[in-house]
Amino acid sequence: MLSVRNLIDTTSLTADDITQILDTARGFAEVNSRAVKKVPALRGRTIVNLFLEPSTRTRSSFELAEKRLSADSLNMGGSTSSVVKGESLADTIQTISAMNVDMFVVRARLAGSPQLVARSTDARVINAGDGKHQHPTQALLDLFTIRENFGRLDGLKVAIVGDLLHSRVLGSLAPALRTMGAEVVLVGPPTFQVADPTWFGCEQTDDIDSVLSEVDVMYMLRVQLERMEGAAIPSSREYNRLYGLNARRAALMRPDAIVCHPGPINRGMEIMPEVADSHRSRILDQVNAGVAVRMAAMYLLLGGEDHGMSD
Amino acid sequence: MAEPRLKAHIMDEAAVRRAMTRIAHEVVERNEGSGNVALVGIVRRGDPLARMLADEIEAIEGVRPPLGTLDTSFYRDDYSKRVVAVQQASEIPFAVDGRDIVLVDDVLYTGRTVRSALDAIMDYGRPATIQLAVLVDRGHRELPVRADYVGKNVPSSREEDVRVLVPPFDDGLAVEIWETPAEGRGE
Amino acid sequence: MACLIRGARLVDPQVGLDDVADVLVDGGRLARIGSGLEAPEACEVVEGAGRVLVPGLVDMHVHFRDPGFEYKETILTGSRAAAKGGFTDVATMPNTDPVCDTGTGVRYQIDRARAAGLVRVHPVGALTRGERGEQLAEIGDMVLEGAAAFSDDGHGVQNAGMMRTCMEYVSKFDRAVIAHCEVEALSGNGVVNEGRASTSLGMFGWPALAEELEVWRDIQLSRLTGCALHVAHISTARSLSYVREAKEEGLPVTCEVCPHHLFLTEDDIDDSYDTNLKMNPPLRTAADAAALREGIADGSIDCLVTDHAPHAAHEKDCEFEIAYFGIVGLETSLPLMLTNLVRTGAMGWDRLVECMAVAPRRVLRLDPVRLEEGAVADLTLVDPDRPVTVTRDWLESRSKNTPWLGAELTGCATDVFLAGERTLADGVVRGGSETSERGFPLV
Repeated sequence: MLSVRNLIDTTSLTADDITQILDTARGFAEVNSRAVKKVPALRGRTIVNLFLEPSTRTRSSFELAEKRLSADSLNMGGSTSSVVKGESLADTIQTISAMNVDMFVVRARLAGSPQLVARSTDARVINAGDGKHQHPTQALLDLFTIRENFGRLDGLKVAIVGDLLHSRVLGSLAPALRTMGAEVVLVGPPTFQVADPTWFGCEQTDDIDSVLSEVDVMYMLRVQLERMEGAAIPSSREYNRLYGLNARRAALMRPDAIVCHPGPINRGMEIMPEVADSHRSRILDQVNAGVAVRMAAMYLLLGGEDHGMSD
Repeated sequence: MAEPRLKAHIMDEAAVRRAMTRIAHEVVERNEGSGNVALVGIVRRGDPLARMLADEIEAIEGVRPPLGTLDTSFYRDDYSKRVVAVQQASEIPFAVDGRDIVLVDDVLYTGRTVRSALDAIMDYGRPATIQLAVLVDRGHRELPVRADYVGKNVPSSREEDVRVLVPPFDDGLAVEIWETPAEGRGE
Repeated sequence: MACLIRGARLVDPQVGLDDVADVLVDGGRLARIGSGLEAPEACEVVEGAGRVLVPGLVDMHVHFRDPGFEYKETILTGSRAAAKGGFTDVATMPNTDPVCDTGTGVRYQIDRARAAGLVRVHPVGALTRGERGEQLAEIGDMVLEGAAAFSDDGHGVQNAGMMRTCMEYVSKFDRAVIAHCEVEALSGNGVVNEGRASTSLGMFGWPALAEELEVWRDIQLSRLTGCALHVAHISTARSLSYVREAKEEGLPVTCEVCPHHLFLTEDDIDDSYDTNLKMNPPLRTAADAAALREGIADGSIDCLVTDHAPHAAHEKDCEFEIAYFGIVGLETSLPLMLTNLVRTGAMGWDRLVECMAVAPRRVLRLDPVRLEEGAVADLTLVDPDRPVTVTRDWLESRSKNTPWLGAELTGCATDVFLAGERTLADGVVRGGSETSERGFPLV
């Protein structure tokens, strides 16, 4: 059993919680490798995917995870979202909850939305990304990928590189890595740096070249092209030159060091194709792990005696 | 709740090994050789027992049968009451279709684990037969399940706990009965 | 009706008074102050033993939302909240709909408040038309109708040249410019302090510098124009140090602070995303709050105000980033000061009276109210020991958006006299018409 009722952030997860999720995800990874990629575990459970912000990748991953767990799922969002119709999020959730659903998977543009959902329902809640705050299942699939590669997380050193200031991936990944005993260093141009790196217990630097030879993982964040309109960086060309992971930089990495990216990648921006497609890249492993980790999170959250709606 | 205490030693290491050897012979006998047989240990303690059985069959036949591991968590019917993290993922490194599959577990009790194992193994394909080997059958079935190969029948009460000790999970190889005085205990 | 307040401790630093005495209120004035006064016939008697009688409190920074947003607050409901909190006078900010940028808007508020009859409302007029920062509002017209000060509160005047024009123009009228200091190019979409809160909660930061830069700018403009500058709701230690320097230089600069910036910090905003902790300016660091507490105690900060900002439930029961800024504060202001500063000894009663009654009148150019015979009977009687539990029902404001819901505080106003009329009687708001002179409902 996990120590939490909902998966809203990684900051409230214990090392034991994370280990349980990653171990269980291995079981689901095996299921996903079979011809019949489906188990009856969540038969009869209803999961609502409430995507208040467009997301093809994360939503597909959750949907696949739900189908492979035999859960019934319902997709809401886009034109049916409360934001469009002027209904408050709390009202939307109470309305859907009245139909006896077991879980909400919430993706939202605004930080704290999943907490608001959790306050408005007895169903379990998984945060599928809230604004610039957190994206816990992304962090867990990253941890899964890194642990599968190295066999451990404890003692590893991970550089998280890019638009730190606007990154919900960072918000979940750095605390989770720290909980599991890994060291984290944040790398980005000053205009992309977080205001208070001590919150993450991390060093922060603007020099990517200084960390290349020190880390086990180069985690390259996606740079949102729209951020450039805010004049945080002058151009993608210059960003690539100063912070892009290219072959020259990759050659300076430790022999067994790997490269991760939450996707979708901007080739030629934060990462060059020759690195994204190299033996160091674990980008597709991450995508693959996503379904298993989400299955594990749903499986562990919805089971057990304390479950509210279905029993 | 009172502490459980050891009530009786049922099998020592030699007895367990003799039982496994006998089961190996029965498997070979029943299947007219081991050519089409594959063993699947149910996690956790069925897994090392299946390994022992494979050793025994290899000793008889000169060929080691394919060996797999099955975690039944995702198929259990008590999920809404109890959920535990997966400790060892399934691994079935052979094609199941047309095989004679021997499921191996330590204790046969209510039959619910075997039921979930049957569902699980079917998701890998369509075996020719599925057979069940257990070290101990302690009775109290809740489903119409029976074992094809039994190391030892151990009549027990529901209040008792039949424990199979097997490396690497335990020190030594043995079968014991433990009892919890008074209040009783759930499984 | 006459009223005898017997045996209260009278505190008024303006006349060097801190003594137990009886006070007879009659004809709207302090008829007599002395010991062993006899109650005349048909006279109410209030037992003041153990209580403190001070000049009527003034909150010079509130939003009554009337006209335009009556679902949040009206002049009547806001007046009730003010009386409950122990106030005789408030100054209302002009960001209503329409913005109070003409004499008509000023007169409307004063008339409505008179009809309600619970507190005096001193409208603060807009500096610029529609608070758009582009063109001077009719400041002279508003002065003639009774505007007490001028401000584009809710925004800083972004253009320094426009602010210079405003201050030059206001300097003619013996009124202060109340400056909401926020360089919007720096605060941007910020909703919490830039630092720990913005990082941990994943929301845009509102940096301290956005305030400090404009405080500094407006102080320079005060020197240039000679216009009195009152810095609204300061939130950072550096803003305060700029104000201190200006005062040492002898510039006509004053400032104010809100209880939430004294007693709450960015660390109080946790992952429950409580929208009642969303203010503008945002809650700052613990070091800032400590500096501000020191400033209000030592007099560097002139006034204690609430920035009483009512919002309806649906404007707060939503995601933090889209929730409205601000909290209600009239009822909790005095209890918070008593609980956290006066009872702990960090602040004396003299200072409390200075920052909650004397200085605000000075900044608003109101006549002083002193505890002396013949003075207007604007009085607040405080029970420093009375326990207060902040509940929705206890709040008189139409809106209930406060982070102190459920808080247990000690000390509050029990009675308020507005020109001799008892508007709060043993903690209960009394009187106040619910209809206008022509019979329109005011609620």
